[in-house]
Amino acid sequence: MEKTKKQEIIFAVIKILAYLSVVFLATLLGYIFFRGFKVINIRFLTDVPRNGITEGGIFPAILGTFYLVLVSFIFAVPIGILAGVYIAEYTEENRFTQFIRVSVNILSGVPSIVFGLFGLAIFVNKMHFGVSILSGGLTLGILILPTVIQATIEALRSVPYSFREASFGIGATKWQTVKNIVLPTGISGILTGIILSIGRAAGETAPILFTAATFYTGRLPKSIFDEVMALPYLIYGLMTTGTFPDKQIPIAYGASTILLLLVFTMSIIAIIIRLKSRRNRKW
Amino acid sequence: MKKRAVIEYFLPIFGYIAVVALFAIVITIFTEGVTTFKSYSLWKFLTGTAWRPTEEPAKLGSLPLLVSTCIVSIVAMIIAIPLGLATAIYIGKLANDKVKDILKPIVELLASIPSVVYGFFGIVFIAPLVQKVLHLPIGQTGFTAGLILAFMSLPTIASISEDAITAVPASFEWASFALGASKLETLIHIVIPAATPGIITAVSLGFGRAIGETMAVLMVGGGALGMPHSIFSPMRPITATIAAEMGETPVGGLHYHALFALACELLLLVTIFNVVAEYFHQKFTRMRG
Repeated sequence: MEKTKKQEIIFAVIKILAYLSVVFLATLLGYIFFRGFKVINIRFLTDVPRNGITEGGIFPAILGTFYLVLVSFIFAVPIGILAGVYIAEYTEENRFTQFIRVSVNILSGVPSIVFGLFGLAIFVNKMHFGVSILSGGLTLGILILPTVIQATIEALRSVPYSFREASFGIGATKWQTVKNIVLPTGISGILTGIILSIGRAAGETAPILFTAATFYTGRLPKSIFDEVMALPYLIYGLMTTGTFPDKQIPIAYGASTILLLLVFTMSIIAIIIRLKSRRNRKW
Repeated sequence: MKKRAVIEYFLPIFGYIAVVALFAIVITIFTEGVTTFKSYSLWKFLTGTAWRPTEEPAKLGSLPLLVSTCIVSIVAMIIAIPLGLATAIYIGKLANDKVKDILKPIVELLASIPSVVYGFFGIVFIAPLVQKVLHLPIGQTGFTAGLILAFMSLPTIASISEDAITAVPASFEWASFALGASKLETLIHIVIPAATPGIITAVSLGFGRAIGETMAVLMVGGGALGMPHSIFSPMRPITATIAAEMGETPVGGLHYHALFALACELLLLVTIFNVVAEYFHQKFTRMRG
């Protein structure tokens, strides 16, 4: 009986530790949402900031984040999918493809601030894009590129080989097979990866610190060469350089709530797509 | 031979883009960083204990920043490893399917929270809490930053360890049960040892995330530049220093290049750590036979 008692206690401890992350998440969301929803209204979402970001809304930051994500999406998604197709479908397992895959893995582990420095040195300074939507979007694009590539490779690898053989069997070429059979079958995995990277790009701060973001600008961006306000940078700025904490911290709660809702929507869509595709899978 | 589609001729170019991007990043960071040592001694950079880049002459001792990075990440791992492993064991072996279906997405959501929101929550909630509970003069310390980082790296550690634990063949467990071992004994002596290579990968990825994390440590770490006296003093790790100072320094100056040199130090640290983790990963894989 001594033995089962010990087991019971240890399993109980494991259970409590496992639920700590739930407690942490619930506390974080509860604490931020409770205060955030108090300041969120139509005006908060559609107005420009006023009086040194102590009043008004955060519309320019929402719009800025949208533009940055859009540029990174346009850059990373086509390139990432095609790179994934090449690695998964057109290469045989050898030293060189291993080298490509290791590079993708290392790239996905590079700290985000290093991407920021790279963007500053190359896009902002060397290519003279300046601190702009273009520089920040490209930096974010390179940051999410490995995720898109990895998701594509994994999705395509999960398509059974017999599907390709059937396609070849009725006379399709390699590219027709990839385009008409493999990609459509693996699309949900690719979509999941893309949606998660959009969430990531929207929430990243370090890569846009010196490449795109500004704490406050009175006007909306007119071209991709303009600097922008962005949700994550706004939160950081309000908490560190803000001079009227009483009025600015509530705005930071509101901005955090919006950012969390945005990122969670992405995650939940990704989870739903994954569950649906698993249920519809017939092989 | 069938004709190839036009796009197939271009596909390899896209395949190499990841390689090119990686090399471009590494080469850019290193060339910009190494320029520092044309006018400043590498030895003083590595061992100096004062980081005062705006003084005349500038002092660029990066040791306190490196020590801060290590302290913060180690605190994070001391908290995150037991929590992450417990979560993995619970989801992988103990919980029923219903609980599993709720817990896994929750851990995933934890991973998707932007780091600036963690930093914000750290400032408004965790730091005051730490200050009150531990009776500290200020709440923004290396320990507080480590605590936040622990929850940021927990999802990585938990999900990859869980994959490793569930990948252990059930026959291993049956053999153990057949010999009269309890569920706990089987877990400790059979399942966890068999999953160790995967758990090492999980921990090293979590550690990598902690070392490279910027916004949370910048906002919660306290930002003190001197050599930290204890884990409960304010500090500013490498990433936070780059983020805090790059915006205010003229392009091309000594300070600008020194911040790239810091990034080199960070990349080397992550690389060394990955090599060590890979060594242990292979050692344990071999031991398992």
